[in-house]
Amino acid sequence: MQARIKTLVVATVVALPLAAQAAEPLKIGILTDMSGVYAGVGGKGSVIAAELAAADAGGKVLGRPIQIVAADHQNKADIGVSKAREWFDTQGVAMINDLTNSGVGIAVQRLGTEKKRITINNGAGSTALTNKECGPYGVHYAYDTYALAKGTATALMKQGLNSWFFLQADYAFGQSLQNDAAAIVSGMGGKVLGTVKHPLATTDFSSYLLQAQSSGAKVVGLANAGGDFVNGVKQAKEFGLKQTLVGLLVFDSDIKALGLNTAQGMKFTTAYSWELTPEMEAFGKRFFAKAGFMPTMTQAGVYSSTMHYLNAVKAAGSDDADAVMKKMRSTPINDFFAKKGVIRADGRMVHDMYLVEVLKPSESKGPWDQLRLVATIPGDVAFKPLSASECSLVKK
Amino acid sequence: MDISFSAVLSQIMLGLNNGAFYALLSLGLAVIFGMLNVVNFAHGAFYMLGAFAALLGLDYLPRLLGSDVGIGFWSALLLGPLLVGLLGVLIEKTMLQRLYKVDHLYGLLLTFGLALIFEGVLTNYFNVAGEPYSGKPAMLEGAVNLGFMVFPAYRLFSIVFSLLVCFAVWYLAERTRLGSYLRAGTENPDVARAFGIDVPMLRSLTYFLGVALAGLAGVVAAPIYSVSPKMGSDLIIVVFAVVVIGGMGSIMGAIVTGLALGLLEGAVKVFYPPLANTVIFIVMALVLLWRPAGLFGKER
Amino acid sequence: METLASPSASRLEKRVNHPFVSYLPWLVAAVVCLAAPFLIYPVFVMELLCFALFAAAFNLLLGFGGLLSFGHACFFGGAAYLCGHALKVWGLTPELGIVLATLGAGVLGVLIGMVAIRRQGIYFAMVTLALAQIVFFSCLQLPQTGGEDGLQGIPRGMLFGFIDLSAEVMVAGSKIPLAMYLFVLTLCFGGYWLIWRTVHSPFGVVLKAIRENEPRAISLGYRVDAYKLTAFVLSAMLSGLAGATKALVVGLASLTDVSWHMSGEVVLMTLLGGMGTLLGPVVGAVTVVSLHHELSALGSWVTVTIGVIFVVCVMAFRRGIVGEIAYRMKRSF
Repeated sequence: MQARIKTLVVATVVALPLAAQAAEPLKIGILTDMSGVYAGVGGKGSVIAAELAAADAGGKVLGRPIQIVAADHQNKADIGVSKAREWFDTQGVAMINDLTNSGVGIAVQRLGTEKKRITINNGAGSTALTNKECGPYGVHYAYDTYALAKGTATALMKQGLNSWFFLQADYAFGQSLQNDAAAIVSGMGGKVLGTVKHPLATTDFSSYLLQAQSSGAKVVGLANAGGDFVNGVKQAKEFGLKQTLVGLLVFDSDIKALGLNTAQGMKFTTAYSWELTPEMEAFGKRFFAKAGFMPTMTQAGVYSSTMHYLNAVKAAGSDDADAVMKKMRSTPINDFFAKKGVIRADGRMVHDMYLVEVLKPSESKGPWDQLRLVATIPGDVAFKPLSASECSLVKK
Repeated sequence: MDISFSAVLSQIMLGLNNGAFYALLSLGLAVIFGMLNVVNFAHGAFYMLGAFAALLGLDYLPRLLGSDVGIGFWSALLLGPLLVGLLGVLIEKTMLQRLYKVDHLYGLLLTFGLALIFEGVLTNYFNVAGEPYSGKPAMLEGAVNLGFMVFPAYRLFSIVFSLLVCFAVWYLAERTRLGSYLRAGTENPDVARAFGIDVPMLRSLTYFLGVALAGLAGVVAAPIYSVSPKMGSDLIIVVFAVVVIGGMGSIMGAIVTGLALGLLEGAVKVFYPPLANTVIFIVMALVLLWRPAGLFGKER
Repeated sequence: METLASPSASRLEKRVNHPFVSYLPWLVAAVVCLAAPFLIYPVFVMELLCFALFAAAFNLLLGFGGLLSFGHACFFGGAAYLCGHALKVWGLTPELGIVLATLGAGVLGVLIGMVAIRRQGIYFAMVTLALAQIVFFSCLQLPQTGGEDGLQGIPRGMLFGFIDLSAEVMVAGSKIPLAMYLFVLTLCFGGYWLIWRTVHSPFGVVLKAIRENEPRAISLGYRVDAYKLTAFVLSAMLSGLAGATKALVVGLASLTDVSWHMSGEVVLMTLLGGMGTLLGPVVGAVTVVSLHHELSALGSWVTVTIGVIFVVCVMAFRRGIVGEIAYRMKRSF
């Protein structure tokens, strides 16, 4: 009864502004880490990438102006979710992109399922996004831990480096990365001699490195990212670690932080780097002109996926999540980032990955010239096959 | 996993390394607390600023001035603590000074706010993942074979250097005239003032000394860890626990406890790594139950 | 020496004796809270309510007991995890989950309180901070908590087994989770009422006496430690209630809720609003949380802003917003 009285009173107040909504902008949210460990990976660069995509699409779609909104999730799932929830509920944001950090990525994708909005993960790596946690409106675009582990571990195993010791960041992302890599190593007849877990944001890796050293493994695999990876490598050099050191998730910005002197010769897997193909170089230089630094694979993925989304909106003639999602799945992605890229039923965007090697300082031709292409890994090999997916949306 | 004797020794060496940093930092905290009755929450931030002073002096200053050579490690070892110390004096003169008459908790809250400001501002301009410091002196490159392990020369230097500084401070406080003033001012400011000691001056000097020690630790740490805006806040709570265990205000207590806890942490990393983060806090709880004033502290 | 809580508050309370005057604020608050979800985003209002209760619970200890705990996040966040786990894994109904989490925070409060109250003042702050770190690292490493990812997907569930809390009702053209909102409102008002009762009870009076002069309270024969521990545990339980409710509102529990930054934040809320005033923490919580919300696009400048507010409060504004207003009002009469 009381609620009904309130209804009457408030209805008159609220009804007025709702009437006038003609060319309301199409809002795309960039939810990313602006200040934390992954700010260099996504952050402002992702916002620039999305703005670039909006401008390249003519600034308008279906007669509606495209508006990019951005927020900092501070690497905290609760802040990310409340921001996303608010965007969906009150701002009418149609799609959220970037989502660096697996914790935030999973939470927001789950919210997207609940609210029927599209979420695109470019920064998060956990394979849970397309397996246990998969959703009908979730796309995992740039990379995942399986693809990274697959590319890097396979290449090293082929060189005869068949005994491994892992340093693993002690949380879901590190676990996912270590699991995937260990499975590949043992699947190819190699041995995992041990794994040591370290807390996130560790400053002192020395004791873990000593354990790795005394294990006698040929390869020390770093199943961590960002600052932890950089610190781990630096300290390994300091202790004169003789083993092959390999990073399982490495961004261009990490190599920049380490310097070529320390990082030279290191092999890793990536989805994008401006040195790899002329098209990638062209995008990299356009991005550089706006941002002042070269894009990471996350930022390049944000551009590519935003473009793909906008094209799908145009083709569907609506921003309805079901219609757009259908178009996004049925249209292959062909741009600098992916050739014949396809979004599968589980949300995984399948595209080629690249095995790269860090240049020697003498080989580098400029401050951003860091990598050399070693091999291209075709998409169907790089990513976990659909048949092995634990996603409930995959019909078996 | 079988644990060899040499592996334990290696971890002990690393523990000693951490312990030396704990000792340097808790020493500064103890001196400031003893004299000013302030729990310096910004201590971690000053440590971080010391490291940034070294980094900026080496990499950014020359770029700014257009010259080729920046401030090298050895000069930074002197200039870093000096700059950080002067910033500390500025803060003491303009802010902390006004809080001595109110509840001591306000000192803690003020320095907590300051720590957030320093951290926030630097986070805006530098990657949280850390910037590498490349100014490690050439003579300390490479590693030394200790028989049971290969230990980086620079780390060895950092242990020896930190311990020397610790004992120098202890000597200064316990064996010199200035030190006796400091202790007099700590124990009874009114009597000290009656004897003609300039207590406000002495307080500024103490804050300078304590904060400069944190800055010094920062410079020494720069070549080992990445220089990052968050490097201090990770450390400060552990150092707090060290000071509570040792008993605040005791200089020797701070040094010995810092070293011992570093060693303990190193040992725990070998035998049960998941506990490595918490062992110091657990020890703290046990010590408090057994001796509320801390191992070396007097109840006051 | 100026003590932590401003004395103005207790004087103000004396004048508020007339029954109508003492009920008026409650009435105003009820009207504001019932109107709020129509004007502001409802989930945000519920979050504000939870933080307001958290700050009020914290203030019970700091403002009225004179004990600065720098580890209160461990009760807030610990209860959030416990509530989430109970709902998600054990499948309890929301009200049972919240009761369980509140009791859990109480148990944690007894354990930490027994160690911490052995020391006073600054030591108390540092000890609670360090002990809360043990809880933080446990939450990081326990398999049930989901580590860095947090405990996600906590269901809102069916209240008492038959009221669907996740249902949204169309009221006046805006979708509002009415059942959930009223449930949260009831919990937060209940908690706040309990605090109000405690402060005005004989227990609260003794607590204030201890804050003002501990040796004197001891010489009067009060078992000071027992009073302090009771206040600590009560504050811990109410913080736990706030944390568990928040977990239910946002559907997840994360490391943010247990980290020492959260402990610092609740200190700021109380300091900014006015320590030792009943309304202060609420005002402080609303200000700080809104600030976070409004400035979230500015990245780490939020941290700087929070730091500056801290410094300004400590240097020039120690009574806080409500304390300052109360002080001015008293002087103007």
